[in-house]
Amino acid sequence: MTEARSYYGRPLLKGPVWEPDIAAYLFTGGLAGASATLAAAARRRGNDVLARRALMVALAGLIVSPPLLIRDLGRPARFHHMLRVLKVTSPMSVGTWVLSASGLATGVATGCEVLGVMPRLRTATETAAGALGPALATYTAVLIADTAVPAWHEARFELPFVFAASSAASAGAAAALVTPAASARPARRLCAMGALVELAATGVMERRLGEAGQPYSTGGNAVSRRLARGLTAAGALAMTLTGRRRPAAILGGLSVLAGAACLRWTVFAAGAHSVRDPAYAVGPQRARIERGESRGG
Amino acid sequence: MTAISGDPTIISHDIDVASHHPDGSPRAMGFFTDTSICIGCKACEVACKEWNLVPDDGLSFTGDSYDNTGSIGCNSWRHVAFIEQGRPVAVSDPEAGDGLRWLMSSDVCKHCAHAACLDVCPTGALFRTEFDTVVVQQDICNGCGYCVSACPFGVLDKRREDGRVWKCTLCYDRLRGDLEPACAQACPTKSIQFGPVDELLALARERVDTLHQRGVGDARLYGADRDNGVGGFGAFFLLLDQPEVYGLPPDPVVSTRRLGQMWGAAAAAAGALALGVAAAFLGERR
Repeated sequence: MTEARSYYGRPLLKGPVWEPDIAAYLFTGGLAGASATLAAAARRRGNDVLARRALMVALAGLIVSPPLLIRDLGRPARFHHMLRVLKVTSPMSVGTWVLSASGLATGVATGCEVLGVMPRLRTATETAAGALGPALATYTAVLIADTAVPAWHEARFELPFVFAASSAASAGAAAALVTPAASARPARRLCAMGALVELAATGVMERRLGEAGQPYSTGGNAVSRRLARGLTAAGALAMTLTGRRRPAAILGGLSVLAGAACLRWTVFAAGAHSVRDPAYAVGPQRARIERGESRGG
Repeated sequence: MTAISGDPTIISHDIDVASHHPDGSPRAMGFFTDTSICIGCKACEVACKEWNLVPDDGLSFTGDSYDNTGSIGCNSWRHVAFIEQGRPVAVSDPEAGDGLRWLMSSDVCKHCAHAACLDVCPTGALFRTEFDTVVVQQDICNGCGYCVSACPFGVLDKRREDGRVWKCTLCYDRLRGDLEPACAQACPTKSIQFGPVDELLALARERVDTLHQRGVGDARLYGADRDNGVGGFGAFFLLLDQPEVYGLPPDPVVSTRRLGQMWGAAAAAAGALALGVAAAFLGERR
């Protein structure tokens, strides 16, 4: 980043106080959301084998997610204070309600599915979870973009697409991993499409951000970014070409899932990185003033 | 600095510090921190800690001039910055000049008109008081930390041992009793002035004009513009250099101003995800 004036080079912002739990949630929440949508779509198309497994994946994601979020709170016993209010100005508040509703709907749907009871309730809750899925998979992008953290806020247009695509790739990969090959074709396709769009969207994001996007590829992120791209591309390729064979589907699926986890980590870590150097905050602000777009503070 | 300090127009300016109108209704209250008369005594830091029972921040030697506080944070609600610049100051006795200019400034929560911390708080712990200030309710805060990342000034932070987020309350308890905040009362040069925001704004504009007339062309107001990216500060400043020199953002913008854009992008991405899932089933036999 180009030199900017600063106070002894000290950070001007406070770094995100979130622990790696939150990076893990970005992955599990996205996986659960897209899996719920995949399950609902499979059911509508009469692919019950795939629907059942995608629903299980969604439930697994939704069981892991709340503990990750609650553990990260400074006062975990007060987690229910999130449910005092619903604020559209707070993506975290909106997300809390989306996550709660998704968890409830997916839980009920899975219960009915496993016990083989109340098919109408199952269909209704499965459809509701499927409809909430895309919201669950993308709100986290708004959550981190709606901050003063330069690497996140500057990437606000692309991050939702990166997260949606990465979630689709994960959901396809996880479903293909646990579904017999004959029923898993839509999952393999979703995996490949998601991976392709994810790679394209991150490319567009980095190109548009230019210098402001450096936190996504410097320091420790150089490795995780390369891993994310490599694992996603290799896994998706294996899934597309040889996914009808179980070993290839399993290896490819695991590779895409690992790639998605690395991507979420890269995005998470880029936020903290961009806060450490005051130039990421000061540079664009000073440039706005010099271009005459703003009179400043 | 003799050209600037000892200014009778500042000291004699009488501002009513009562936080309520005579009829008992509350007024919008704030700070005007005039850094041109700050002497770096840190009485504000100490008074704030004493009144608000703010824990210690550790004793560390930074090597950054006289500043061992470092930055504003959960355990430092006022922070005095010290900047040494190799620039001569206009003094009446040329012998007294040493070619060095000292900038000192007491930073504090800006109590933004459009506060990002308040917008993003998912529990409603942060609220706007009857005095137009922004306060964290400690019995509600669950330490999610969202406000920490949202603040464009790095004001809020989580106390690790406590788990909750803490920041300047603009002495909410004292204001309710028509008392001045502790820092303003302790300030020996009236660099920190407390009062109704509209009166302070008028005073600040007058002061910056006076300084310009006396040849201090560097003097500028920071946060006084009600149309800035956060709708103006409830606690604004007179600075003698660019804000970033003091560790302040030159053009802070409340992130929620662009929330429409962000929800729009997310809606488009969510729609694309739904379409993608549907497309995965194209050509599949029912």
